[in-house]
Amino acid sequence: MTEAVSTALADSTGMKYLETLPRRVVTVYVPLVLFVIILLFPFYWMGVTTFKPNDELYNYSDHNPFWISSPTLQNIRKLLFETDYPQWLLNTMTIAVCATALSIFASVLAAYAITRLRFRGAQTIGLLIFLAYLVPPSILFIPLAILVYGMGIYDTNWALILTYPTFLIPFCTWLLMGYFRSIPYELEECALIDGATRIQILWKITLPLAVPGLISAGIFAFTLSWNEFIYALAFLSSTEQKTVPVGVLTELVEGDVYHWGSLMAGALLGSLPVAIFYSFFVEHYVSSLTGAVKE
Amino acid sequence: MSIAIATRKRAHSASLARLLDNRTVLSVLFLLPALTILLLFLTYPLGLGIWMGFTDARIGRPGIFIGLENYVSLFDDDVFWLSVFNTVFYTVVATIAKFGLGLWLALLLNHAVPFKAVIRAVVLLPYIVPTVLSALAFWWIYDSNFGIISWLLEQIGLVKDRQHYIDFLGVPWNARWSLIVANVWRGIPFVAICLLAGLQTISPSLYEAAALDGANAWERFRYVTVPMLMPILAVVLTFSVLFTFTDFQLVYAITRGGPLNTTHLMATLAFQRAIPGGDLGQGAAISTAMIPFLIGATLLSYYGLQRRKWQQGGADD
Repeated sequence: MTEAVSTALADSTGMKYLETLPRRVVTVYVPLVLFVIILLFPFYWMGVTTFKPNDELYNYSDHNPFWISSPTLQNIRKLLFETDYPQWLLNTMTIAVCATALSIFASVLAAYAITRLRFRGAQTIGLLIFLAYLVPPSILFIPLAILVYGMGIYDTNWALILTYPTFLIPFCTWLLMGYFRSIPYELEECALIDGATRIQILWKITLPLAVPGLISAGIFAFTLSWNEFIYALAFLSSTEQKTVPVGVLTELVEGDVYHWGSLMAGALLGSLPVAIFYSFFVEHYVSSLTGAVKE
Repeated sequence: MSIAIATRKRAHSASLARLLDNRTVLSVLFLLPALTILLLFLTYPLGLGIWMGFTDARIGRPGIFIGLENYVSLFDDDVFWLSVFNTVFYTVVATIAKFGLGLWLALLLNHAVPFKAVIRAVVLLPYIVPTVLSALAFWWIYDSNFGIISWLLEQIGLVKDRQHYIDFLGVPWNARWSLIVANVWRGIPFVAICLLAGLQTISPSLYEAAALDGANAWERFRYVTVPMLMPILAVVLTFSVLFTFTDFQLVYAITRGGPLNTTHLMATLAFQRAIPGGDLGQGAAISTAMIPFLIGATLLSYYGLQRRKWQQGGADD
């Protein structure tokens, strides 16, 4: 016991000394490895299926299903040259970028007004914007479809660019409010005394300091728009206007015959851009996810 | 002459600058883009949707007011009640599983493990990737003839041959459980990463103090971790319940409500009735019927768990 206590004193990370290595392996490493395997397996399966030729795909007795004996690019070639997939990628990209830009613009202004301009009712407006985040798309899509149709933007990119901000703005505003609050107010007061206008303060002082927040909000908004499904399903109808998630699900599934190879290739190629994008900004992503919850 | 113009210009821009420095004017101007979009595309449709539930609107024809007729017909509709049951069942079971497993994963990640940053990044992948696309992978995994789970069960010897493969999506209860598993798979990362952020704010000295007072591992978890985690748990739970209850993508992608309309959630049923079915009024009525459940579930999970903070009139800032 005394020995344990002395090591504990040397060890600053708390009570790690209470755990022996075999115990750690059983209680920590094994479950953790299992979690990682299960969470990643569908992606592995997606990848393996993408590069399998058809005779391997449906023949488990001669080929180990977990491995590929003769990888092929046939499924990807079919996807890129025989379907509208490249067009869907382009649509999704355009919509995600425009919706994100629009939302960030509106959110920066709103968040700055709520946290810094201190007008009457700022708290209430902030709360209302947060409540807007709690309104789920699945109860809005029917009336929105009517609205979109009435505005004459049904089946165009605009239908999604204008409706995605309904869930992006509340999220981004809330996130940016947190960032703006963390910037010392004294900096802005100094600028005010030096004769800067409010807009100059926002542009030259607050925004440069809030860049990490802007990046977090931006990548989060981008992924949310990339992944959105129900609005895209309800507001688009022609094949060449579809986004990747809708296109893969509605156009690649032909009747009762499922071409799993090209379906999985579509899923893999549609997931890769967000996954790569995410891998560059993991820290921002995690901080925006947890930051928004903690606020 | 030129001086006069210059002065007037300067006076003009000065008054503009003064106007823009007026807090009220600037506040209105700054809030304008966000509020316009939210009022036009969120508040208005919300009201319109509730109104449409009382009309017989169909695609291509604005409806007339028909009172409670949509709700009366839903009341006698077995498929609707089944979708209500499915939604509640799906939400309750998936939420419990997500929080149990998510908390476990968060506790595991809170240990000092090697490659922690990498593991944390990898764990979040199911949450990042478009749900419909990962749902397709699950659809393929659940395939009745070539599904990998069935094959594995055959290899282990639990299933005799292809004739006895489990029909994951063809039998109502199998399909429900399969959907829940897919939803839990997708939801664990969000819960785990948020709770991990909460765990990391708990000071290790609290555990040391508790250990010195003789608390065992379970007691340390119960009397230190859980109370400290409560505020963040309440928020994450609220979000999770909300998004599970209104889930659409997974069910639409994997079963489309089948077999024989037995796995519809309220959201997918509303879609099916409104868009392919053309009955916008009834679809809107189903959507509207979700609102009381949503408010109830949100209040329950939020106030139920955040009781302490709420009773003290805690800061809502």
